Amino acid sequence: MWKDFPLLPDSASTMANQIDMVWWFLVALTVVMTALIAAAVVGMTIYFRKKNDGRYATQIVGSTQLEILWSGIPFLIVMGLFGWGTAVFVNTQRTPDNVDIDMYIVGKQWMWKVQHPTGQREINAMHVPVGKVVRITQTSEDVIHSFFVPAFRMKRDAVPGRYSQQWFEATKVGTYHIFCAEYCGSKHAQMIGWVTVMEPEEYERWLASTTPGEVPEEAGRKLFESMRCASCHITAQGVSQIDGAAPRGPSMVDIYGREVALKDNRKVVVDDEYIRESILHPMAKVTAGFEPNMPTYEGQLGEDQILQLIAYIKSLKSTGTKQ
Amino acid sequence: MSTEPILATHAAAPHGASHAHATVSGLPAPTAHHFVDLVQQEEAEKLGMWTFLITEVMFFGALFTAYTVYRNMYPEAFLLASSKLNWRLGGVNTLVLIVSSLTMAMSIRCAQTSKRGLMLMNIVLTGLFGATFLVIKYFEYSEKWHHHLMPGPTFNYAEFGQWGPQARIFFSLYFAMTGLHAFHMIVGLGLMTWVFIKARSGHFTPRRYAGMEISGLYWHFVDLVWIFLFPMLYLLGAHHHLA
Amino acid sequence: MSTSSLMPAGAAPVIATERETYLNNGYGWKSWLFTIDHKRIAILYLVSISFFFAIGGAFATLMRLELATPTADFQSDTYNKLFTMHGLVMIFFFLVPSIPAVLGNFLVPIMIGAKDLAFPKINLLSWYIYVVGGLFTLYVALSGGVDTGWTFYTPYSSTYSSSHVSAMAVGVFITGFSSILTGLNFIVTVHKMRAPGMTWFKLPLFIWAQYATSLLMVLGTPVLATTILLVALERLFHIGIFDPSIGGDPVLFQHLFWFYSHPAVYIMILPGMGVINEIIACFTKKRIFGYSFVAFSTLAIALLGFLVWGHHLFISGQSPYAGIVFSFISMLVAVPSAVKVFNWTATLYKGTIEITTPMLYALGFIGLFTIGGLTGIFLAIISVDIHLTDTYFVIAHFHYVMVGGMLMAYLGGLHFWWPKMFGRMYPEFPAKIAAVTVFVGFNLTFFPQFILGYMGMPRRYQVYPPEFQLLNVLSSAGASILACGYIIPLIYLMWSLKWGKKAGPNPWNAKGLEWTIPSPPITHNFEAIPIVTEGAYAYGPPPKVLGPGHDSPGPHFEEESVEH
Repeated sequence: MWKDFPLLPDSASTMANQIDMVWWFLVALTVVMTALIAAAVVGMTIYFRKKNDGRYATQIVGSTQLEILWSGIPFLIVMGLFGWGTAVFVNTQRTPDNVDIDMYIVGKQWMWKVQHPTGQREINAMHVPVGKVVRITQTSEDVIHSFFVPAFRMKRDAVPGRYSQQWFEATKVGTYHIFCAEYCGSKHAQMIGWVTVMEPEEYERWLASTTPGEVPEEAGRKLFESMRCASCHITAQGVSQIDGAAPRGPSMVDIYGREVALKDNRKVVVDDEYIRESILHPMAKVTAGFEPNMPTYEGQLGEDQILQLIAYIKSLKSTGTKQ
Repeated sequence: MSTEPILATHAAAPHGASHAHATVSGLPAPTAHHFVDLVQQEEAEKLGMWTFLITEVMFFGALFTAYTVYRNMYPEAFLLASSKLNWRLGGVNTLVLIVSSLTMAMSIRCAQTSKRGLMLMNIVLTGLFGATFLVIKYFEYSEKWHHHLMPGPTFNYAEFGQWGPQARIFFSLYFAMTGLHAFHMIVGLGLMTWVFIKARSGHFTPRRYAGMEISGLYWHFVDLVWIFLFPMLYLLGAHHHLA
Repeated sequence: MSTSSLMPAGAAPVIATERETYLNNGYGWKSWLFTIDHKRIAILYLVSISFFFAIGGAFATLMRLELATPTADFQSDTYNKLFTMHGLVMIFFFLVPSIPAVLGNFLVPIMIGAKDLAFPKINLLSWYIYVVGGLFTLYVALSGGVDTGWTFYTPYSSTYSSSHVSAMAVGVFITGFSSILTGLNFIVTVHKMRAPGMTWFKLPLFIWAQYATSLLMVLGTPVLATTILLVALERLFHIGIFDPSIGGDPVLFQHLFWFYSHPAVYIMILPGMGVINEIIACFTKKRIFGYSFVAFSTLAIALLGFLVWGHHLFISGQSPYAGIVFSFISMLVAVPSAVKVFNWTATLYKGTIEITTPMLYALGFIGLFTIGGLTGIFLAIISVDIHLTDTYFVIAHFHYVMVGGMLMAYLGGLHFWWPKMFGRMYPEFPAKIAAVTVFVGFNLTFFPQFILGYMGMPRRYQVYPPEFQLLNVLSSAGASILACGYIIPLIYLMWSLKWGKKAGPNPWNAKGLEWTIPSPPITHNFEAIPIVTEGAYAYGPPPKVLGPGHDSPGPHFEEESVEH
């Protein structure tokens, strides 16, 4: 019966152990403290129970030393815990440099749409290889959702209108729950799915067995053309003119991850969030040296499509550019 | 340390004193039964109003926070949207309110110095200035209505180019903040009517004018809110015309 | 201690004729609905919050029924409305007003030696405001409910939900003013209405708790009022402030909402802590250990309460640096909370402990609040919170504080002051049975939820994977025991109104001004305004020698322990 009703969650990512260490320490602290308080309360209640001997309670005003002691010790304990917990947070929050798989996830009432970098699309399911760093970039099409995999001890809100990222490295083959943890309406409890963690070879077999859709970069390239982005933005190395004139917008080659200067002398790093903002609100942060004449694409592009455009722009590197 | 039986510690003050005209302490009697004397009553009333005004600060505070957040997010949109407000009318209204605060303060001074006629005149003037403010505000609102600047599905995005949606947020905040302020002005006018009726019936004397003073506190507070609203909403984009 | 000698000389003994009290001073409905007597208003609140507690409890019962099986028994929308209405009713119509509006209203003026609150008419007004807000809630409940969760997160509440969000928002907005006015009344009363000699450090700790709570009500509630009003305006006029499709920021709503709603949990627990002080002092016949530390820890919790709202947003995309700061400040709350628990426990030492029903509730409170508080530390640590937030761990944690803490304190306080309020004793035996039933039922209901949360079961789930069923069944079973624990007091308390033993002015042999006047009190509380010379909790044997120059001190703050 205990096999059917486990009392501990699976622990299947590199961060699960670090978080569980803090958790178990806290559990021990809670058990010990509660036991001590309960023993003191019950013990003294029994020991000092009123007997009909006319005895008066001993009046004790207090003790500054005791007060300092029992506010000082908890203070030190919680500060230690804060330091430890925050160190684990910083550790688990920072995405490793060697991202193996860049996954895009869009939440929508009431499903998770998962887009693999290799073109596979899944709904309420995600297949990943064990031992690889997977980075998830997520957003929502409607209300706030939250992508939660208990076995990986990770959870992050998918907020409409912005991107959030989380990452994991699975350590154990198996299938694990995906839950939506932020209440999102009628079928919130059915916005669930499975992560399948596979051995790398098996994962390759799975990739091969599925018919991939367009890879995001390719879809993005097509969008880039059909939305006529290319009439202002250069996408190829060594090109300096569009239709025989100076381009009206900054070149997209190598732009991702670079710091660019803005018209108002601010600087901004080109990341997913900035590209999304520039597509929807081009006037917000205009690159220095260009006129603010780009139209907005708000309402013309879905969240999926913006993510594809970002994937395409990311791929425009000066060596090995696809074009 | 020692303790005494509680009985020994509760000396008696005669009950029923509140129904007499003067209390044991010789201070004027309170107008409500549960106070010891008028001093206690008036102090309680003043503290009550101050506490209420702190609540009001937090009430407007949420809107000021929202304004600050969005202005930081969309500075250009706020500049553009602000330029559609009529800073001249806003300025006139600012003057009207400042003068009304002056007449409010003068009416309390008149109560302290028993100048009944002048006191009544100043109360009426305060009310009239308040009403003037609301009339001007009405004209401003109806102008916005005609230009489809009321936030909502019919909002005139075209006027703001790229920044249509964000300008709508500005106008949402504009109407929420000035609307809440105007509501407070209307309450203030009611308060002025009450003060006027009480003042005419001789309720306020140099020794007893707390009711007027706390109404004044409220009035000054509402004026003060406007002193913040005016630059934040109207002056922000006023130079946009000149540019 | 004999109190009959408090009566003016020549007053008839109680036995002969019916003494005039606040209860028999007028019987018609007008004498209740237009009363400005704080004690009668307290009774009005008692009736109305009990009504809403029953409604909120009914919603909870249906939820636990649904959750006994992993599959769907109700429509999903029905379930969503059940947990939403349960949260809204319990928080805004029961927990927030419970101790302040019932026990606080009744006791604050009496404990400080005043005839009434500073603004009796405003006090009555706040009850009417509460009732109007309650009517909105009933209207919403009867006309189909609201399904946003009590947190009203945007943009779901502002744009997507098709339930009665606007009416409910207006209801919450209105009820907020009831809290604000009660808080304002208490603040002014404590500042200006104290009897001669009643200095701040002679105040019972219950008053300190009410005062700190009132500060939170006055400072926090208006922010919620504005925020919830913006949600209603958003729905009615599409003003777009929280709408991400036009550039609005839905997370701003969360900041504004929790700026009130985190302090609100302290609004709900601080008065409970105040009650516990009074009960423990009385039934150990001792001064509360470290009075001033307990008083200041109350203020510290209130102050810190305003600086920790961001710990509800660790996963919502606020800056990680902000998260770390909020985590740090949240951890600090553990210190004043621990100080309170230690001081209560230390108070038991060398007391003459009497096990009565209120004392059972108080001792239960210490244990459950310890668990509730310690599990709060889990949620204040960002890395652990990322896993636990929005799961049943959170549900279990705040029920340990709200039900295990606040509700136990409320029931304890109600039993403790019942003889004062109605002049009759409740029957001790069934009351003890009920107290134990509540304790057992409560733990069985909510302890399994800690494990469920760690396992990863998200909150607000109507259907769940089958491996969670065992713990959910335990929880539902506990809930039915808990329900019995609430029904028993309802029966015997009603019974005691007519058949309970006459209480007399001080059935517990307790100290405090409220025990120096007859039960039930007269309308003006005191025949004569008392002059206070001794501190709170002046228990202990009568002094052997009462010299002429004898000076009765207030509580000492320097370390000192004196034995008689």
